[in-house]
Amino acid sequence: MRGWGFWAASAAVLAAGVGFTELADNPYYFNATYVVLQALIMAVAWNILGGFTGYVNFGSAAFFAVGAYTTIFLHKAFALPLAATILAAALVCGLIGLGVGYLTLRLKGVYFAIATLAMGIVLETLVNNWSFVGGAKGTYMLTPDQHLWFDSYSEMLFMVMLVLALGAIAVSRKLSSSRIGRGLAAIRDDEVAAECSGVPTLRLKLVSTTVMGAMMGVAGAPYPYFVTYVDPISAFNLFIAVNSIAMPMIGGTSHWAGPVIGALLVGSMQEIITVTISSELNVLLVGIMLVLFITLAPQGIVGLVRKHWKKRKA
Amino acid sequence: MFSADLFANAVVSGLLLGGFYAAVAIGLAIVFGQLDIVNIAHPAFVIVGSYTAYIFNTTFGFDPVLVGVAAMPLFFAVGVAIYRIYYAAFERTGQESLSGLAFFFGLMFIIEVTLILVYGVDYRLVSAGYSGNTLSFGYVDLPLRMLVPFLVSLTLTAAIWLYLSRTFMGRAIQAVAQDRGALQLMGADPVRIKQWAFGLGIATAAVAGALLIIIGPVEPSVGRQYIGRVFAIVVLGGMGSIQGMLIAALLLGVTENMVSTFYGPSWAPAVAFGVLLLTLALRPSGLFGR
Repeated sequence: MRGWGFWAASAAVLAAGVGFTELADNPYYFNATYVVLQALIMAVAWNILGGFTGYVNFGSAAFFAVGAYTTIFLHKAFALPLAATILAAALVCGLIGLGVGYLTLRLKGVYFAIATLAMGIVLETLVNNWSFVGGAKGTYMLTPDQHLWFDSYSEMLFMVMLVLALGAIAVSRKLSSSRIGRGLAAIRDDEVAAECSGVPTLRLKLVSTTVMGAMMGVAGAPYPYFVTYVDPISAFNLFIAVNSIAMPMIGGTSHWAGPVIGALLVGSMQEIITVTISSELNVLLVGIMLVLFITLAPQGIVGLVRKHWKKRKA
Repeated sequence: MFSADLFANAVVSGLLLGGFYAAVAIGLAIVFGQLDIVNIAHPAFVIVGSYTAYIFNTTFGFDPVLVGVAAMPLFFAVGVAIYRIYYAAFERTGQESLSGLAFFFGLMFIIEVTLILVYGVDYRLVSAGYSGNTLSFGYVDLPLRMLVPFLVSLTLTAAIWLYLSRTFMGRAIQAVAQDRGALQLMGADPVRIKQWAFGLGIATAAVAGALLIIIGPVEPSVGRQYIGRVFAIVVLGGMGSIQGMLIAALLLGVTENMVSTFYGPSWAPAVAFGVLLLTLALRPSGLFGR
């Protein structure tokens, strides 16, 4: 997609979102799309490290939860508005991404994966022991009274999420086509060769862990207002981590559109299955789809489409 | 606040706990340490071992340790099958780092969710004749529900160590870890040896799971707390060294127990991560690394 096409499509989606808030008034629609958009940001963020450089982050839920708890803390301590807490969440989670990356990315890549996995447990332990933000019992968040010009707070949250999602996609697209993106792709293909050709590998990896962390924090920041009750178990849910790996893997990790396609497809499927069948089955299905896709179609849907096109051309 | 008997008990029960950790980590010491396969689903297999022990214990009244040992061949076969898939899909095409990791992550998730769907999130426990008894020496207590797993775990560790260092197959496994190409030149098939070793690693999970459910009640997501622990132990122990792994397990058990005795049990899960991060930052080759 060329530059103007992408921006025109984004503007059209945004306009459609505004129209949606004007026309629809069943709050279920806004809640369902909010969940899909939240998963989309997480998937896009995961792909910035996982897809572009090939390093696996298992701790997506931890970044998400830190974003959510940043909002809770700032709301309780200083009563800051949502926009400020989103920025703060981006800052905090970006720093965590940088720190974990700095400690482990100089070693073999698996250590980063293991460290992110264990990091979730530690941060959950910290929150469990921190009574100011509710500790293990969790905490309630009151929905603020003002919601700009929207009819309800959930409509406003939906629009916030839509803007954030479009922003995340734009950042990811920009990164993949820039100098940085080419450096990241070089790392994914052959890190030693990239280093030898003068690609500053460690610095680029740290850039992408930081951006990934910040984006995941942003996805988590509005969450307390959305659910109004947050406890460590729901915020650090493994399902969030699985989704943010499964969606890019199913969509295709090599292109910025892969996680978007995967998130829209898997996310809407999950909403439909949760409503019509059961939420437990939906959780199991994602795990099975993830394993099937990576064993049978490692390039994801984007890869399958590309293969199809090549065949037709030939 | 500080008292000698509290301290002595914390050290002794930490050693018992650490000895048990060795049983959970030994499968990973083979699979991750020797074969370089990052099987993060290993703790999930341990939980499957716990549920196997639970099922046979509650329906037939069998001793959990015996069930664990008897289930080893079955776990071995499952491990071999998983390695075949892993090899065909990822190792042969050189995609272990991203797709292989995600594969085991998906596997772990499927196991956990399936157990939740079938058995729910209730804590399950087993009953064995010895589980309520405690031996006391002075002011040091040795509860049998900790002592039995400790002894079984040490036996398992010793058996694996003897197997790896004394038998032909065990040495072949170590050879695969050292130099795959050289092994091929000697006319041995590295894939068959790795498949055998992976099966062995998963088979130890059957025993470890039985020990886990003797120590305390188990529910499907307990396995996740062990991911940080087992990797911390294997990395600290110097990747694949069995003696190093045992010492690291004992160290972690004592440290964790100290923290939970003197700071409160809710802080214990963070210890493993701290150990892991410190090891990676200061001495990535582990305490006893080559």
